[in-house]
Amino acid sequence: MRTIQADVITKNIREMCIEANHFLSDDMRQVFENAVETENSVLGKQILLQLKENLKIAGEDMIPICQDTGMAVIFLKIGQDVHIEGGSLKAAVDEGVRQGYTDGYLRKSVVSDPIERINTNDNTPAVLHIEIVDGDQIEITVAPKGFGSENMSRIFMLKPADGIEGVKDAILTAVRDAGPNACPPMIVGVGIGGTFEKCALMAKHALTRNVTKGSPVPYVYALEQEMLQKINALGIGPGGLGGAVTALAVNIETYPTHIAGLPVAVNICCHVNRHVRRVI
Amino acid sequence: MEKKIAAPISREEAADLHIGDYVLITGTIYTARDAAHKRMQEALDRGEKLPFDLKGNVIYYMGPSPARKGRPIGSAGPTTASRMDRYTPALLDLGMGAMIGKGRRSAAVKEAIVRNGSVYFAAVGGAGALLSKRILSSEVIAYEDLGTEAIRKLEVENFPVIVVIDSQGNDLYEIVEKQID
Repeated sequence: MRTIQADVITKNIREMCIEANHFLSDDMRQVFENAVETENSVLGKQILLQLKENLKIAGEDMIPICQDTGMAVIFLKIGQDVHIEGGSLKAAVDEGVRQGYTDGYLRKSVVSDPIERINTNDNTPAVLHIEIVDGDQIEITVAPKGFGSENMSRIFMLKPADGIEGVKDAILTAVRDAGPNACPPMIVGVGIGGTFEKCALMAKHALTRNVTKGSPVPYVYALEQEMLQKINALGIGPGGLGGAVTALAVNIETYPTHIAGLPVAVNICCHVNRHVRRVI
Repeated sequence: MEKKIAAPISREEAADLHIGDYVLITGTIYTARDAAHKRMQEALDRGEKLPFDLKGNVIYYMGPSPARKGRPIGSAGPTTASRMDRYTPALLDLGMGAMIGKGRRSAAVKEAIVRNGSVYFAAVGGAGALLSKRILSSEVIAYEDLGTEAIRKLEVENFPVIVVIDSQGNDLYEIVEKQID
């Protein structure tokens, strides 16, 4: 048994919220570089160069990459041999978000109730996903999610007979419907299988995976590559104004499912695909 | 084509802008997004005046992140315009000069743009740090309790936007989407 203090979790999450909103991960930077090279439309290239310059300014001047600094989505993988001491885990996580968004000059975009809509003024609560795993460490992933692209995300409850062609159609439909609204070039996170909520969670988690490394499952990897090519062939382009780069990556996760179903979730993320991971 | 314009904008200047034009705006513009639009609509429903004169003015759909010390504003990129669609025709009919946002607009908004000789610009979504550098000053002028959604008066210099719907009703997104079909 290893003891971890709740305030250590708070401190890490505070720092990770600030880091995620000012610096993209190396894999995201790499696909960005490639996109600038690939884009052939004049307006599209101009937009990608603006976005590259935007990343530089964000890091140098500590101005958030995007004003929508998101709702804080946090994945915790907690080793079963960990004992958390000094307060509740949920409170420690929310305190980290509160401190990060306040001290880091990040936008407070969360309302306390979906209908009454009063801003909580500190961006809490986080959306917290906890998994208990082997070991005595905690893996923390902080993924602030903007809502321009979140609003364009979809779930399709396909039937087994729809098969892989149905999955491909669902992904293309979601991307086409998203179009310019989701701030392309986008990252497309897909969950296939499981149940209604499991496939949505996989789609979200897929966005936090390294965008330069495909799935370890051969047919899933092939599907990721095929869908990236098909999405870019749509010609939506940077900013939705036409061009060769509509998506920077497609990440797909799968899970066993029921004999009667084929759920597919498509979680769209804009080019500001933020995620920071730490192990404590 | 690259053009420079001043804000507020006249109908004649708007008529001279065409889809695909890359435009640099200098002058005074106002921010308003979801909650501010709702309040403005409620004010109009009660027969009250709006917090600022819409005549020729440009509304930027944007809610900034907080400013660090010594800076006028934080990150300041566009939000999705379609959420404002239900409120927009009424504002255009009251003389609003132009809008800056991102993403598609409804048929009713397009009709109101043509009817009033207005224009819809897109700023680059997710370029909030770069765009903040083109904002010289920011002042909350109404609905301060809405925080990031309050109405702000901004002074901007060479603020980069692209004409997506022009005063003739041409729609650049629609043209791109027709090519997909």
